[in-house]
Amino acid sequence: MTDHHSHAHAHIHEDHSCCAHHDHHHDIAVENLTVKYRNLIALQNINFNTSCGNRLALIGPNGAGKSTLLKAIAGLVKKSSGSIQWRGTAVRKWSSEFAYLPQREEVDWNFPVTVRGLVEMGRYPQLGMWKKFTNKDTLAVDQALESLDLTDLQNRQIKQLSGGQQQRAFIARAIAQEAHVLLLDEPFTGLDRNAAKSLGDLMHKLAGEGRLIIASHHDIRSTKELFNQVLFINRENVAFGDSQELITNELLETTFHSETAHPNKP
Amino acid sequence: MNNIANIDLMVAPFIGATVIGFANGFFSGFVNLRRSALSVSALSHTMLPGIAIAVLITQQLTQANAFIGALFACILVGLGSVLVSRNSRIPESTALAILYTAAFSGGIALLPHLPVIASLESWLFGDLSLMSQRDLNFIFIISTISLALCNLFMRPLLLTMFEPHVASAQGVPVRAMQYLIFTLLILMLVASLQAVGSVLSVSLLVAPSAIMLLFTDNTKSLFWGGAIIGALSGAGGVLLSHFINIHAGQAIVILLGIIFLLAFTFSPRYGILKK
Repeated sequence: MTDHHSHAHAHIHEDHSCCAHHDHHHDIAVENLTVKYRNLIALQNINFNTSCGNRLALIGPNGAGKSTLLKAIAGLVKKSSGSIQWRGTAVRKWSSEFAYLPQREEVDWNFPVTVRGLVEMGRYPQLGMWKKFTNKDTLAVDQALESLDLTDLQNRQIKQLSGGQQQRAFIARAIAQEAHVLLLDEPFTGLDRNAAKSLGDLMHKLAGEGRLIIASHHDIRSTKELFNQVLFINRENVAFGDSQELITNELLETTFHSETAHPNKP
Repeated sequence: MNNIANIDLMVAPFIGATVIGFANGFFSGFVNLRRSALSVSALSHTMLPGIAIAVLITQQLTQANAFIGALFACILVGLGSVLVSRNSRIPESTALAILYTAAFSGGIALLPHLPVIASLESWLFGDLSLMSQRDLNFIFIISTISLALCNLFMRPLLLTMFEPHVASAQGVPVRAMQYLIFTLLILMLVASLQAVGSVLSVSLLVAPSAIMLLFTDNTKSLFWGGAIIGALSGAGGVLLSHFINIHAGQAIVILLGIIFLLAFTFSPRYGILKK
């Protein structure tokens, strides 16, 4: 396990096939995950497991706990019980191999930071507080920017980007961090058709390189083409599996109750 | 003999204002990232009653008891406004405004009863011309400590400012970082208070990096550029005060205000003429 780890890190600058080149896939297993806010149960007994190379959509009505689940995996909210296993080891609080990409409205877009500065922050978890920012880090940042087509935009302040570019900037940060698991909170919200399409393509590419994408998503109609796996939740597991098989009308009924008429209501 | 003494009289304020300007200007980066200019101004006024009470109790004014008194008053008012906002419909900024103005007025009322002479004007603008070697040493030490800590913890501090939740999930001690900023802020305010007064310290803790915000999106330039602007206006203000015969403290604040307005108008990046 440790060997694979360092192996993956030694080759970050070649390509990002962090898992694809190994005989086995890196697994994430969420077991009986429960999250309570004071007395309110936000999530109860969530179970699923998946592996690198997949694109998993979290689908459910408002308040179903999609965001909370992403945050619990990312370590942003405390688990009340249950566990998250990554590569066979329990994740205590946080793993540098996970990257959480916040919802648009949670980002301080006025923060005086350039695209490059944002991507550089992705190196901080590797560097800790005091390790020097070396050529290796600069290279990782350059390549992350390059692979997301942001090289020309690197000196822009983050607010001066389009919605799609902003998403890419945060994904570039995750890549600079060498994250294997990308946790995206409603990444398609607010994107126009073209930007949504290129983000979809990008997710295919990232998963193809061996990364795992987990994203909350509210538009059921586009789920099948964007994601190969789906987890329906409504505070608890409703269903989990292959998106092609699972997305049936019958299932929409159970998850959305009366909301079926407006499945993409924000 | 007389000449040398005169040079010293001029040099100490010059060096002091430059160093304070540099350190406060650097630190102003954090103030602007947190958008907490209002609370800086509240805290600087809140220090007055804290220091006054400390002086009443100990019957003397030293940097140490000034710091402890100021810290206590700031914590009381700061926590008080948080407490009010959590337990009522009054927002924190409103509570802060009420509490700090009350505290400040209380402090002014105490001034005539203190065993040391301190006029309201010197509280507001300090008196750079009275700067002693001891004041200068104190300023040097505080500025060095503050700059060192800020730079040592720059990464976790920036992560904390930008995304506190993500930072804390990544193992950054977010609470500790917030306390660090709060403590350093009060230290800087106290360090500059005796020399340059509370209005000036607010100006130096807000304006320099706000000016930089009109020129740059680079976080590093925000801090170091702020430091340079702070140092230059500190030095410039002292020189200016000799030529046009106004108070050095006031000259510095006016200078910063003018630079800010010029930047607002003419900055090639975010100036109003650019738009």
